[in-house]
This record gives sequence, C-alpha cells and structure tokens, in this order.
Amino acid sequence: MDAVTNVTGRAVPMDRSNVDTDQIIPAKYLKRIERTGYGPFAFEAWRKDPDFVLNNASYDGAVIMLAKHNFGSGSSREHAVWAIEGLGVRALIAPSFADIFRNNCFQGGILTVELPEEDVDELMRRATDDPTTEIEIDLETQTVRAAEWERTFEIDPFRKYRLQRGLDDISMTIEYDADVAAFEAQRSPLFPSTGV
Amino acid sequence: MTGPKTLAEKIWEAHVVDSPLADAARREALGDEAAGGVPTDLLYIDLHLVHEVTSPQAFEGLRLAGNSVRRPDLTLATIDHNVPTIGRDLPNPDPLSAQQIDVMRRNAEEFGIPLYDVFDMRQGIVHVIGPEQGLTQPGMTIVCGDSHTSTHGAFGALAFGIGTSEVEHVLATQTMRQVRPRTMSVEVTGELGPGVMAKDVILAIINEIGVDGGVGHVIEYRGEVIRNLSLEGRMTVCNMSIEGGARAGLVAPDETTFAYMQGRRHVPQGEDWDRALEYWRSLPTDQGATFDKEVVLDGANIPPFVTWGTNPGQSVTVNDAIPHPDSFDEPTKREAAARALEYQALEAGTPIRDIPIDRVFLGSCTNGRIEDLRSAASVIQGKRVADGVNAMVVPGSGLVKMQAEQEGLDQVFLDAGFEWRDAGCSMCLGMNPDILAPGERCASTSNRNFEGRQGPGGRTHLVSPAMAAAAAIAGHFVDVREVI
Ligand code: SF4
Repeated sequence: MDAVTNVTGRAVPMDRSNVDTDQIIPAKYLKRIERTGYGPFAFEAWRKDPDFVLNNASYDGAVIMLAKHNFGSGSSREHAVWAIEGLGVRALIAPSFADIFRNNCFQGGILTVELPEEDVDELMRRATDDPTTEIEIDLETQTVRAAEWERTFEIDPFRKYRLQRGLDDISMTIEYDADVAAFEAQRSPLFPSTGV
Repeated sequence: MTGPKTLAEKIWEAHVVDSPLADAARREALGDEAAGGVPTDLLYIDLHLVHEVTSPQAFEGLRLAGNSVRRPDLTLATIDHNVPTIGRDLPNPDPLSAQQIDVMRRNAEEFGIPLYDVFDMRQGIVHVIGPEQGLTQPGMTIVCGDSHTSTHGAFGALAFGIGTSEVEHVLATQTMRQVRPRTMSVEVTGELGPGVMAKDVILAIINEIGVDGGVGHVIEYRGEVIRNLSLEGRMTVCNMSIEGGARAGLVAPDETTFAYMQGRRHVPQGEDWDRALEYWRSLPTDQGATFDKEVVLDGANIPPFVTWGTNPGQSVTVNDAIPHPDSFDEPTKREAAARALEYQALEAGTPIRDIPIDRVFLGSCTNGRIEDLRSAASVIQGKRVADGVNAMVVPGSGLVKMQAEQEGLDQVFLDAGFEWRDAGCSMCLGMNPDILAPGERCASTSNRNFEGRQGPGGRTHLVSPAMAAAAAIAGHFVDVREVI
C-alpha cells in the first residue's frame, strides 16, 4: 500500500445519501478475479443518465468524492473500493460511511474523512458552484481546506499511523506471530474444526 | 474492564490477541502517533467462511507474498454466489462464473481448505451451511467476505462481514484488526400476532432505527419476542443487522440455541457437550451491563411489512399506502423517497395491496431455511400461482432441499406452480442466470431492495416467506393474516 499524507485536487459532489455498493459496482462485475480494472464499471446504472455528476466533464480528474450519509452501505465487496480507486478518487468526505466500506477503503489506502453534515454541504456547494474548487486534505494535521475555509477531522490514531507509512497490514500482524501462537496454545479445544 | 459486561464485550475480550494501544512497550514501538484513541485490537478468529466471489484476489495476494493459510482447519469454503440453480450437470453458461468457481476449487486444493463443492449435499449459502453443520457455536468469532455474516450471531457468536483484503489477512494470520465496536440493545417486547414472522420483526426494527441506525455498533436483540423466536427466526433477524448499518447482531444463547445445536456434526459430544454448555451459559449479558444505545419496540404492534423503496428502511405495513415524499421531515429522506418511487415506478398514495407483481423469489440466507419453506408451503397448499406470475423456490442448502423433499414440500410448491431449484444465492443478488428483467417487479424474501440488486432495472419488494407466498397466489400483495 502506498503511503497517504496529503490529497489535494478537485472534488466531485455525489449528492445522495445511502449510496450502496450495488450502485458503486454492480454484482455482475464481481465475477472478475482481478483487483484492478473496475473504474469503467463504477456507477454503471447511474452513468446512463447524462445528467449524472460523473458524466460532467468539469469533474474529470477529481481526486476527492464528496458524499452524503452512510456512503458505501450494503455489501462487503471490496470491489466497490477498487471501482472508486479506478475513477482516480483518492479520498472521500462524507458525514458518515458504512463500516465495512470504510474498513475496505482503509485497506486500499483510500482516505475516508468524516465531517459534520453542514460542513460537507458547504464543500458540496463550493464544488457545485465552481468545479475547479481545490480541496486539500492533510492527514498529518487532520485538516480539510478549501481556500480560506478550514475544518479539522478525527481519525483513529492507529489507522493514521499506518496510512502515513503505507504499512502493510498482514506483514505487520505476522510480527505478532508469537502472540497468536500463545493465544492458540490456551484456546479452548472445544471450538470446532472444519476438517473431517 | 471489570464489572458487568454485555455478551458482545465478553466474546470480544476473550479473543483479543493483542491490543497495541493498551501496552506501553508496543505503543513505543509503533510511535507516539499511534497512542490514545479507541483500541484497534488484534482479534483471533474461530471460523472463517470463504466463497468464490470475494476470495480470488485474497488467495492471489497470499501467493504473491509467499504466505500460507495459517489454519485451514478453521476455514471452510463453498460455492454459492454464482452457481446456477438448474442444469448443474451441464457446462456453466457463463464463462466468467465458471472460471471463478474453478479458481475457488484450485485455491481450496492448493491451500488445503475443506470445500463443499457444487455436487456436495452440504453445499449451500455460506450462512446457511455453518449453522447447519454445527460449525456456528456460541461465543465464537466468525468472519466471512460477505456482509450477512451477522446471521451467525443468532447463536450468540460475534460474526462480522469483511472485505477481500481482510479475507487475505485472516487467511494468513487467523486474526483481524478491528476497532472495538459500540454496543446497542434492541429489545422487542410482548408477543407477535399470528402470521407475523421474524422477517417482519427485522423490517420493523430497520424502519425504526434507519439504515444507518446501527453504524459502528453491535446490536444485541433482546426481549420476549426474540426469546420466543425459533433459532432460524433469530438467524433471519441477525442476518439483516447490516441493513440497519450495524457491524454485527447477536442473540444470547439459551435452551432454544442448545436444542438446535445438539447432535449436529461439529458440535461437542458427551462430556465435551457438558463442558461447552457451561461456557455457553456464562455468555449472556450480565445484569446491570449498559449499552451505548438502546431501542425498544412493542412486538404486538408489528404487522407484516413490505418495502416500497430502494433501501430496506423504506417500508410500510401491508395495509398502508405508499407514502408521499413530502411526508418525510428530513430533506435527504424526501429526496431519497422521490428517487425511490421513480425507480420503482410507484405512485404515492397507492395501497400496497394494489401493487401487482411479476415474480416471486423464495430463498436467500435471510429466508432460505426449512422453516421458511414450511411457512410458505402452508400458505400455498392446494392453491395455484396467479396467472402471469413466475415464482421460484431456491433452498438455502442442499440439505435444506433434501429435508424439504422428505417432507413433501417440493410437491406442494410444484403443484402450486412454483419452480423448485438447487441451492445457492440465486436471485438475491443476480450473479447467476436468475435475474429480473428490466421493469419486472418481485416479491422477494431476500434482504436488499437496492436499485438493480436482482437484475438491472428490476424492482424488489422485501417481505416474509408467508407474505411472498400469499402474493404469488394473489398476483399482488395481500395481508397473509387474512388467508391463513
Ligand atoms: S443469499 Fe444473498 S445476502 Fe446471502 S450470502 Fe448470498 S448473496 Fe449474500
């Protein structure tokens, strides 16, 4: 995973609440066994509407997506994150995210920033009025900026630490091998095994 | 933490391998930046269920990093999401699905993971087969690359849906890094009326708390109504926890749980059973334990529910009409309702009973178990599916199918004009050939009514199995209480 420190650029406003993962990437594309190449299928159904925001060329190259409540609800498919990544988006700002989706974003190095609804609305307004509006997310200081406008956000310190260093989850956990083995040694033998 | 604890807290704490932020030396090693905040614990996983759709990239990741599967004996794979439900002995009509199924087989073999393959009687939907085989037990941590893993919570297990990267992490380490969840109590008091099922209870709960009401929380379902539900009914309730945004949902184990488990293949026997029972009985939430959030519903006031919109919270009772978007106070709900009505091609004010349907889908990990099939069969016995309606039953597993056939339910369905299929996810998510055509309207016992969920342009209404069966006969929604 690449380290994430700062995401700066245009933001595309996805002005809907409860955007579910079936919209982000329809199930038929989950048959692929690759991890990349999902961008062209992202929001497939909604993209058929010429007025859909992702069809607006002014937002081409946006690296931030602004969203409403409960973005990423529904399925655990990480393909949704790969699809968003495939659109070139590196960070999402919303009042709330669905839990599994947020975990998956973190795994893929996509930054999720939660701000109060009125702050997200303000950013949506700016990005809608002027698609060239630049938004900056600085992970170190936990700040979101748009020109003179500025807010701070919360992030789990452990996640921040790992994002900033681009640390790989699995190799980190493998260092705890002795702890896992010690846990296994005292684990109840009554728990089932899937074999035989 | 000492003092009274909730069920979820007990299970969580018993599985913490390492809590880096709780330990000064580790905090040092991780750097000061990682200090403070909510602990992101390393949690041991007792059972990892794997299926063909969310695992190929995880196995590929293992191979690239040169990792093996740490505990194949705590891992079980099956093929459910895109397997066809008819003509399994023929070549798969979809080359991509065929490839994915083949990759699952090869990965299971290469990494030594037990697999319930397509022609194995035990094959079925991941969340149906775990409980069926006795692999789901109280006090366990269970994960699967699927959001409805919460189903297993019905046994008093802590069960989470995870993404593919986390699948890889669990395969490699048998652990998972997770932020400690908050706790929420949903209590359903009183008694359910006749014809009202577990599905109606969970639809009522989601209607009450909203589709994001449980975000960040593990829900414990409590109260008389939950206690009086069968274990399968509890699975239906826990299954849809994610539809209320919750990270997991569970029910304290009790005599109903133990009776359901006894004698199943992977459940402890003899003296081990007694020892296990002792542990299981220590799990329920202690007197005086507190929850971060509490909700109470009166079970006597829950009628059969029908969703009208494009998320599972957009529902009304069967005797209501489609609400007008203006009836919602919050602007986002108003907009969402207007969009949903447009997608669903419905007019505000239309009585639910006047909505005609084209298809009926009876199945999924929410309502594809034997009791679900029995309740639907009892409604249709001796009747015929309405003209122009295509109705289909997809049992949750090969064993559910066999049991139903032993009880003669297949004949009841076939006589009524239903199709009787092989086990799998089928039209719950439309990854196999079972999909709605654009514009088709379906009464479905599954869990999601998202736009296009059952096929692009398809329109879904979530209902209980009894309500779906009654709708199949009438050709439109009816109050099942009037026909039983
Ligand atoms: S039946 Fe539906 S919800 Fe359940 S595991 Fe299959 S696709 Fe997911």
